Amino acid sequence: MSIRVGQSETAPAFPKAAKTLLANTQMRHNVRRATDIIRNKRARVVAEMPDWEELRNSAQQIKQQVLRNLDGYLEQFEKACTAAGGHVHWARDADEANRIIVGIVQSHQQTEVIKVKTMTSDETQLNVAFEAAGITPYETDLADLIIQLGHDKPSHIVVPALHKNKTEIRQLFLDKMHLSELGTQPEDLTAAARTYLRERFLRVKAGFSGANFAVAETGSVCVVESEGNGRMCVTLPEVLITMLGIEKIIPTFDDLEVFLQLLPRSATGERMNPYNSIWTGVPEGDGPQEFHVVLLDNGRTKILSDEESRETLHCIRCAACLNACPVYRQTGGHAYGSIYSGPIGAILTPQLQSVEHSQSLPYASSLCGACYEVCPVKINIPEILIHLRRKIVENGDGPWGEGPAMKMAAFGLADPARIELGQKLLRIGHKPFEHLFMASWTDSRNFPDIPKESFREWWAKR
Amino acid sequence: MLISLFIACYNDTLFPETGKAVVRVLERLGHTVEFRAAQTCCGQMHYNTGYRPEAIGLMRHFLDVFKGAEVICIPSSSCVSMIRDHFPRMAAEAGVQEEVDDLLPRVFEFTELLIDKLGVTDVGATFPHSVTLHTSCHALRSLHIGDRPKRLLEAVKGLNLIELPDSDQCCGFGGTFAIKNADVSAAMLGDKMHCILDTGAEVCTGSDNSCLMHIGGGLSRQPNGPRCLHIAEILAS
Repeated sequence: MSIRVGQSETAPAFPKAAKTLLANTQMRHNVRRATDIIRNKRARVVAEMPDWEELRNSAQQIKQQVLRNLDGYLEQFEKACTAAGGHVHWARDADEANRIIVGIVQSHQQTEVIKVKTMTSDETQLNVAFEAAGITPYETDLADLIIQLGHDKPSHIVVPALHKNKTEIRQLFLDKMHLSELGTQPEDLTAAARTYLRERFLRVKAGFSGANFAVAETGSVCVVESEGNGRMCVTLPEVLITMLGIEKIIPTFDDLEVFLQLLPRSATGERMNPYNSIWTGVPEGDGPQEFHVVLLDNGRTKILSDEESRETLHCIRCAACLNACPVYRQTGGHAYGSIYSGPIGAILTPQLQSVEHSQSLPYASSLCGACYEVCPVKINIPEILIHLRRKIVENGDGPWGEGPAMKMAAFGLADPARIELGQKLLRIGHKPFEHLFMASWTDSRNFPDIPKESFREWWAKR
Repeated sequence: MLISLFIACYNDTLFPETGKAVVRVLERLGHTVEFRAAQTCCGQMHYNTGYRPEAIGLMRHFLDVFKGAEVICIPSSSCVSMIRDHFPRMAAEAGVQEEVDDLLPRVFEFTELLIDKLGVTDVGATFPHSVTLHTSCHALRSLHIGDRPKRLLEAVKGLNLIELPDSDQCCGFGGTFAIKNADVSAAMLGDKMHCILDTGAEVCTGSDNSCLMHIGGGLSRQPNGPRCLHIAEILAS
């Protein structure tokens, strides 16, 4: 098994990465501006829904039901999809998924693939596998195209190039598309991307997509998007391959009603996605005449087996938690060292891949709860962060010296007489205490003066 | 009414004036305050940092100390949130389900107690200063404190309440987060201070001294930065 989440195994720990990124004022400005816009749009369209809380509850219940019976739903999906003319493959990890997908493209003697944005293919590093096999992948989502052309890394789950502003993107297009002139307006940039991509849409015979939902009952697959590139990727090629994490299954077609209301409002602040593509197997004479689905585990069954963090798999990748997170809004997504950033990344990455860097992620939160408040499927992210911290402590992987200090604190706090003693000691020795233990506090903040008398001393004299 | 005060360990040690103010307000309203001297800590720091057995020990102690207390007043929204949200998660494991179930309806954050239990918004305070209100994350999202602190402040004579922009944004404290991720925490604090300074208020108040300690620790390095004061201290004046 080689469970991999992008290139996160070589990433620096969160506090270190964050320190570097905090110095990038342009990036911070871009992230702040973009997340403000999406957050405000989301708040507006959520406020107009009288049954928003009921929808969240429904989504949570559907997801709980899926996870309780995941094996059954996956097999039901396989059966229905196969009956409709699709081919279903099962991949235990990133390498196996990539091998299957590259093999299908090679079996058609194709050397190019058009892709619609998918997080799972970033997770498995599919593009690297394509290139190693001499296959050129073309990202067709505007933001993913920006990332691909710039050899950059995505910094947001829905808006991967959110850390770039239009001036930076214009320069990138001028350089990489070999344009002699290009306007400065967003419309000019999208027109350039359109021209660049249109020719590839019409030429390339193999398509690749992820999926937002897969319906067990009917074997259907659903992709929602805003640019129409997805619709082209799933309809124009001769062969289409779709990869999805096994948690993307929903039981019935009717369940889409709930998720297609929650997802666009949470993700982009739209009432409905401009393009909702839903297809079932291979309709004769219409669209790709060969269709493959790759069901990816890559650590998901490991999460499923942990009852306290299982609901991590409810995630529908709307990224509302990123836009709401005061930590993400300071650092942007690259600090998380994973394609999954923000609060959901802080719980998902370390559960998928227990490498050293990802152990720093559960601490990358002030536990303010903004993520849980906006989550359309009600993932209690703060509680899972605490659960993961606890696992780190129990495995003995906590920071050096923290365990003994915490045990000492617990001993001191267990008894009022010890508290009184501690208060007296702090009064005498607070300067060395601050110096030894609170240096990272006093770098930017003063420590309060220690009062001459504690409350309990005052009360006792009263 | 006999009201049992849980002062919270950090208030006891660092902010005794808050406790004295709570006592003054409640006694002025005609109630009796008791302080059970065996009380220590709710276990929030241990729980949030992943030290569950230690948190369970502190929870047990809390349950023992406050057995039989009719109404428990806590001038700290994060401690109330610890008790309401996390005690139930540890209760079964610790074998204290009944005790926790019995405890929760008796626990009130200070502003909740005044408005919901005692039914007062005007506590007879006078505070002729401009004030802005920091709504702590736990008060906002766990306690759903709503406009309770605001209503109490609006009833204070002479007080000019100035709305704080982006008041739903965390100040960056987050307990051990402020130490483990000091740079991000300081950046969040920077934004919060900007908002507070922009109000031009003389005082920044709130229902949780842990946030106020963080914000105050930053503001005290600003020239003419406003001072931080727990809401109980305003209501006691």
